[in-house]
Amino acid sequence: MADDKGRLRSPLGHARGLGSARSGTRHYIAQRWTALALAPLAIWFVFGLISHLGASYAQAGAWIGNPINAVLILLMLGALFHHAQLGLQVVIEDYVHGHGSKLVLLILVKGLALFFATLAILAVLRISIGGPA
Amino acid sequence: MAEKRPLSPHIQVYRWQWTMLMSIVHRATGVALAIGSILLVLWLVSLAAGPASFERAQLILGSLPGLVLLGGWSFALFYHLLNGLRHLAWDAGWGLELKDAFASGMVVIIGAAALTGLTWVLAASIYGGF
Repeated sequence: MADDKGRLRSPLGHARGLGSARSGTRHYIAQRWTALALAPLAIWFVFGLISHLGASYAQAGAWIGNPINAVLILLMLGALFHHAQLGLQVVIEDYVHGHGSKLVLLILVKGLALFFATLAILAVLRISIGGPA
Repeated sequence: MAEKRPLSPHIQVYRWQWTMLMSIVHRATGVALAIGSILLVLWLVSLAAGPASFERAQLILGSLPGLVLLGGWSFALFYHLLNGLRHLAWDAGWGLELKDAFASGMVVIIGAAALTGLTWVLAASIYGGF
């Protein structure tokens, strides 16, 4: 393989195309962007939760349903589940070595993250604009 | 992996250190928070589903197991948040010297414990005592 002289990737690695340069940078940046968004949003949300401890159904609904709050919560949910599935992906890639089981777990985790994110978003939208349940 | 390749030393070889323990806890709290976020989703769903289901959710969360879960969740959140900021600082090239990494680690541990304590003191005062 005269062509590969001086290359850092092996011919097999090149053919498989699974090297760290395939999508690592995008993952890295997304993980940090969502982290930056989550830091203030999480503090804001936890403070909101604390101040609504023991709140009635109407009070809790008014808090979550307020348009500004609902938007911030929706943004938090998006960042939260994106961040979570990116992090869990790395954990799975680090500890699960079988190709098949790794693939199944990754699909499961990413699918569940999408499912719960969508469920939560629907709930917030219903609280905010859906009228009485 | 049929081929036996040399492996780098792993945790059973290294002497335990704070920085190493904190790295492991960061990952563990991340996984715990991911699972714990399902609780948040269910709470929002219960609120969307009406007064009866919301009252039931509040009752479960206010029970002793519920409060223990929330206590652990709040510490995991504050730890992961503060240590995450520490990681962002490292990404920017700050605080990578060993003594700085150790000092920032102590700030994270004490800060997470303090914020958790503060949260629950505040919660108890708002809720009017358990």
